[in-house]
Amino acid sequence: MVNTKVTLCGIEMDNPIIPASGTFGFGYEFAELYDINCLGTFSFKGTTRDPRFGNPTPRIAECPEGMLNAVGLQNPGVDKVIAEELPKLAKCFHKPVMANVSGFSLDEYVETCEKINACEQVGWIEVNISCPNVHGGGMSFGTSADAAAEVTKAVRAVTTKPLIIKLSPNVTDIASIAKACEAAGADGISLINTLMGMRIDLRKRKPVIANKTGGYSGPAIMPVAVRMVYQVYDAVKIPIVGMGGVSTAEDVIEMMLAGATAVEVGAANLVNPYASRDIINDLPRVMEKYGIQNLTDIIGGAH
Amino acid sequence: MTQGFYEIISNVTIAKDIYEMVLGGDTSAITAPGQFINIKIEGFYLRRPISICDWDDKTITILFKTVGAGTYKLSEMKAGEKLDILVGLGNGFDPDACGEKPLLVGGGIGTPPMYGLCKKLLAMGKKPSVILGFASQADVVYEEKFKELGVETRIATVDGSYGTKGFVTNAMDALDYDYFYACGPIPMLHALCDATNTSGEVSFEERMGCGFGACMGCTCKTKYGNKRICRDGPVLKKEEVIW
Repeated sequence: MVNTKVTLCGIEMDNPIIPASGTFGFGYEFAELYDINCLGTFSFKGTTRDPRFGNPTPRIAECPEGMLNAVGLQNPGVDKVIAEELPKLAKCFHKPVMANVSGFSLDEYVETCEKINACEQVGWIEVNISCPNVHGGGMSFGTSADAAAEVTKAVRAVTTKPLIIKLSPNVTDIASIAKACEAAGADGISLINTLMGMRIDLRKRKPVIANKTGGYSGPAIMPVAVRMVYQVYDAVKIPIVGMGGVSTAEDVIEMMLAGATAVEVGAANLVNPYASRDIINDLPRVMEKYGIQNLTDIIGGAH
Repeated sequence: MTQGFYEIISNVTIAKDIYEMVLGGDTSAITAPGQFINIKIEGFYLRRPISICDWDDKTITILFKTVGAGTYKLSEMKAGEKLDILVGLGNGFDPDACGEKPLLVGGGIGTPPMYGLCKKLLAMGKKPSVILGFASQADVVYEEKFKELGVETRIATVDGSYGTKGFVTNAMDALDYDYFYACGPIPMLHALCDATNTSGEVSFEERMGCGFGACMGCTCKTKYGNKRICRDGPVLKKEEVIW
C-alpha cells in the first residue's frame, strides 16, 4: 500500500489534491456528484469583504488546451460566506477547508482575513494577490515584492491559521516575490494564478471577453507552472502549493517533483466534474508505476 | 446531471449550416424541456452547450449550427462515433406554468427546445401554437415536424423569402394565448416580452465554462439577484429579466 498523505503547514491531508479556488464554488455542485470528502481539501470561491457581481459577460473564451476567464471575483461577500455558505458546506464536507481571500486594499484584506480566521471550519487561508481580472487591486499587490510583503505582513498580524500567499505568474521574478512573502511571515506559497491573455473574435474584430483580457488556465500553462514552482522551491523554505494545468495523477507527481507539497486542480474540474476524484483514485497506480512509496518523499525530488 | 458516453445514431444537415444529431444513451437525468447537454469535442478544451430538442428513454435529439471550429468538427462526426457528454443541465421550461393556450416562439437556432416543450404540452392536453422566426427560407427548420404534431405553426423570415416578412412579433396577429415560452436571440426575446401582455419564460444563452454552476462564467443580473445561466437558467421568467 502506497501512502498518499502529505502535511501542509502543519495540517495532515489524506492526499495532496486541492480543487482550486474559482473552479469548485463552495463545493455543493460537486457534492451532488461524488463524496467530496475524498479530497485533500478544496480552496473555496475567492471571497472579498463586499459582495461582487464581477465582470460583464462574456467572461469565458476557448483556447488551445485551456481557457480564458475574466469572472472578476464574483462572490457574495465575506459576511454571507460565513453566515450562509460555510454552514451549508459543513453538511457535505468534514475536513478543514482552504479559504481563498481577495481584496482591493490592505484594509480590505485585513478585515476579510480577520473574519475568516474566526471560522473553525477553515484550515488554511490562501490570500490571492494575483487575480488578473480585477482593476485597482488583486494582481497589483502580487507584482511587486514590496507590495506582496506588505499584504502578507498585514494579514499575518490578524491570522493565527496557516497563511498561504497565492502568487501571479505575470511577473519578471517570481522567486523574489515568494522570498518577500516568506520574510513577511507567510507559512506557504501557492502558485500559479492564471496567465493574462486575450482572444479576438474574427467576425466581430473585438476581444471575445468583455473585460478584453482574461486569465489563461488549463494544460497549456503547466510547463510555466512547473518552472515557477521549481524556481520558488529553490528560493524559499516554506511549503509550496503547486497549480497550473494539472489534469492527471502524473501531473501531480511532476508538480511535486518540482517542489510542491500539495497540488491544486483548477480548470480540469470545469471540463470533467469528476477530475479531482479521478486523479485521487489514480494516484496509487501512478505512484506504484514510478516506485513511489510515500508521496512526501518526492517533494522537490527533481532538484 | 450525469456524465456518459453517447453513441451518434445519426448526424444530418437539415438547413443551411444546421445539423440534426441523434444520440443514444442514458436520458434519465433530463427532467424538463429546455434543458441542455454539454458535449466534449476532441481537440477542443471546453465543452459545447447545446439545447435538447427532443428525447425519449434511449435517445436525445439536438440541432446545432456550425458557428465555429468546435461545432464544425461536431458536424463532421459520423454515426457510430461516441461523445463524452454531460446530460440534463439547466432548469428548463415549466410546462405547468401556462394555461390551456401557450404560445411557443423560437428564433433561428433557438427553435429546437420549443419542439420538446411542444410535445410535452400536447401530452398534458394543452393546445400550444407556434411561431418560428428565421433570417431566410434556407434557415427554416422543423416547420414540418411542428405541423406533424397538429399545432398551428407560423413562420416569419426577416427577408420575407418565406412566411410573414419580418420578425416573430410581426406574425402574432389574432393569436389567442395565455402564456408564452421563447428561445432565440436576445433582441427577439426583448421585443417579444414587450409585445406580450401575458407572463412567460425566456431561455438565454451565454459563453460557459463548466455548464453546471461551478465557474460563475455565465452569470447575469436579474430582478431576483445574480443567476448563473447554466444552473439557475437558461430559462428565466419574463418578470425577472433585466434587459
